[in-house]
Amino acid sequence: MKLTEERVRYVAGLANLALTEGEIHQYAHDLSDILTHIDKLNELNTDGVEPMAQVLFDSGESSTLREDEPHVSLSNAEATGNAPVSSQGYFKVPRVIER
Amino acid sequence: MEIPSLTIAAVRHGLAEKKFSAVELAQEALAYAKAENPKTNAYLTFSEDRALAAARGVDDRLARGEDPGVLGGVPVGVKDVIVTRGVRTTCGSKLLEHFIPPYDATAVERLEAVGGVILGKTNCDEFAMGSSNENSAFGPVRNPRALDRVPGGSSGGSAAVVAQGTAVVSLGSDTGGSIRQPASFCGCVGVTPTYGRVSRYGLVAFASSLDHIGPFAKTVADSATLLSAIAGRDPRDATSATHEVQDYAAAMKVPLQGLKIGLPKEYFTGLASEIGDRMQAGIEVLKKQGCEFVDVSLPHTEWAIAAYYIICTAEVSANLSRFDGVRFTTRSAKAETLIDMYRNSRGEGFGAEAKRRIMLGAYVLSHGYYDAYYLKAQRVRSLITRDFAQAFEKVDALITPVSPFPAFKLGEKTSDPLQMYLSDIYTITGSLAGIPCMNVPCGATAEGLPVGMQILTRHFSEDLMFRIAHQYEISGGFVA
Repeated sequence: MKLTEERVRYVAGLANLALTEGEIHQYAHDLSDILTHIDKLNELNTDGVEPMAQVLFDSGESSTLREDEPHVSLSNAEATGNAPVSSQGYFKVPRVIER
Repeated sequence: MEIPSLTIAAVRHGLAEKKFSAVELAQEALAYAKAENPKTNAYLTFSEDRALAAARGVDDRLARGEDPGVLGGVPVGVKDVIVTRGVRTTCGSKLLEHFIPPYDATAVERLEAVGGVILGKTNCDEFAMGSSNENSAFGPVRNPRALDRVPGGSSGGSAAVVAQGTAVVSLGSDTGGSIRQPASFCGCVGVTPTYGRVSRYGLVAFASSLDHIGPFAKTVADSATLLSAIAGRDPRDATSATHEVQDYAAAMKVPLQGLKIGLPKEYFTGLASEIGDRMQAGIEVLKKQGCEFVDVSLPHTEWAIAAYYIICTAEVSANLSRFDGVRFTTRSAKAETLIDMYRNSRGEGFGAEAKRRIMLGAYVLSHGYYDAYYLKAQRVRSLITRDFAQAFEKVDALITPVSPFPAFKLGEKTSDPLQMYLSDIYTITGSLAGIPCMNVPCGATAEGLPVGMQILTRHFSEDLMFRIAHQYEISGGFVA
């Protein structure tokens, strides 16, 4: 499977990644290699095989749920403490709504 | 005290005999680790204040005549993808260079509750993605057994601190082999427990359906003790298992007479010949212990890497979307609009391998491709899991190599990502099935590079896995 640079640009957009021209060229090559290997999966007939999304064990239906009890959460200062830009207890981002 | 050769038992003995206090041990271990660290770059951050506070707590308990806990005073390294309150946690990424978590991972809480003393945070591939530790934004780790070689990855730092003796035990994380492979390259014990056995709360998510936390140690006993301490149900991780946690260090003492062990034929082709020889010597040691070996087949092994790199990258692209320049990470200076802020912060902050995997994941999940890739891979994951279930109908455990080759030189494989992925062939299958698997050292190549043997058992059969590993160790297997 060969991935075009145009397709790489589209996927980078989906992934919110700004890539340089050099990176786009490199990833078109690397991802094509990997996807060619991945095409191997088509050799296998998987009709009627259930997809496995998670490792499952025999345990009760609700055994993984906890009681819904209130507890102390992070303080505002702790929650915003690692933000690159914050102000008055909020995360600050560039303007989203145009006047 | 001989810091580099300390074990949990030696620490317990030294404290009980008052040969040293926990604070003295912590100070000496920190001084030793700091002096040795420039050789390997295995620690990224030392948590001196936290270590000394924990050690004082152990001394206080001892002074009151109380049990300090099974890890009382034991110096521990923690992989830098596991969050530690107040101690920088970078995930090996420039994006999180200044991230100070406001909470502790459950595994960290639990090991400190039984007296563990965290000396610092260990280097790793960025967001645990890699097989050589060369993808860290803070420089590679060097293998303490051969400084021109990689320690393996992604938990290269956690393997190196144990092999170097700058921690007695450490925590790593494993998604496709990131504990077992570096343990094999560095010559120590490394354990990937059953999926869900250890809470993932506070493990920065890479591929949630595959991520595990597990121990590194010099001995099987120490890895068993550490796993018992951190395992168990945690209400903060809905995928953590409710099964009762066993005392693995006690379970391992039963002899092996009468066990049937399978050798999957797919795992013994394409090996470096010296690895094959070491494996054979290891098998002979176990035969003398009364194990019977039979050939088995795991017929879908060949498709495991393709399935894995779809599932893991799809989960990566979702999990890593949280690093967006708003809440935890550094932000690009080029952030005029919201979308530019996201794209530039991520484009500048992520390293090459993280970007490659995010891109692959976004591609396989993109419109029109979901069924062909993600769903297909999940079906193949079922087939691989079924292979193991069928093998375990015939045998009690499986033994395989961990890596087709020993530790390679720094830079030797960085130019070809696909070749690097393909080297994970023996570890990825166990990860996909979620079964317990571990590395035990089984001697070295003529050049002195460690070789590792993998032991795999049924879900939640860690007791049997540790038993085989320990009986192997005490019958001289580690140097076989």
